[in-house]
Amino acid sequence: MKTCKEVHHLVIEGQDRQLSLMERISVRVHLMMCGACRRFEAQMDFLRQALRRFPGD
Amino acid sequence: MPDDFESQLERARPTLMRFAVLQLRDEQSAEDVVQDTLLAALQGREKFAGNAQLKTWLVSILKNKIVDRIRQRSREAPLPSLDEDEGDGDAFDALFAADGHWQEKPAAWGNPEASLQQSRFYDVMELCMKALPENLARVFTMREILEMETEEICKELAISTSNCWVVLYRARMRLRECLQLKWFGDNVGVGTE
Repeated sequence: MKTCKEVHHLVIEGQDRQLSLMERISVRVHLMMCGACRRFEAQMDFLRQALRRFPGD
Repeated sequence: MPDDFESQLERARPTLMRFAVLQLRDEQSAEDVVQDTLLAALQGREKFAGNAQLKTWLVSILKNKIVDRIRQRSREAPLPSLDEDEGDGDAFDALFAADGHWQEKPAAWGNPEASLQQSRFYDVMELCMKALPENLARVFTMREILEMETEEICKELAISTSNCWVVLYRARMRLRECLQLKWFGDNVGVGTE
């Protein structure tokens, strides 16, 4: 079972490279059980959305 | 003709400048690429499909001009290597306890739309982007704003892929920290759960 520290690294790397199947599974299992990491993942998704819309309208 | 193509281009200029300055971090280079973009738009106006939004079309031209400029720059002045960075590599380790759990649960940022619809949000984000150190910012904007693939960026800047990931990691973590502090910190209640 991966720790939050490991998972937050993978969540970020997942935005910049294709994670392996094992990595994806371990992240998904962790996220199912961990509200803190789910919030972190949501923050990272938010950042990407915000940057891709810059400079807004 | 009050609303001809040229005056529409002129009106888009401030937005394009803002975009270019953020990427290039230099008014003069930004001025140059925006100039090139507007010129290209004028020359290629028949390629502009009227159903697309003019701004979107201009930004896509501008992105290409910026990428060219970045390529040229990285040939002339290679990116300072990460090792010269004042080694904040482990700075984010402090977010975690020894057992690998979060010291503090990440905050709920709520529904992104609530923030993304406020123009003040983009001012704050711009501020946070400008606060990134040059070597992080260069890689990060190529990735997130110019939407280049990671491999492409590493090759362009002649840095290793793993270095690229480290840089992107730091940039994302810093940006997150900055937005938490400067936007979400004093916007308690904005679209939160």
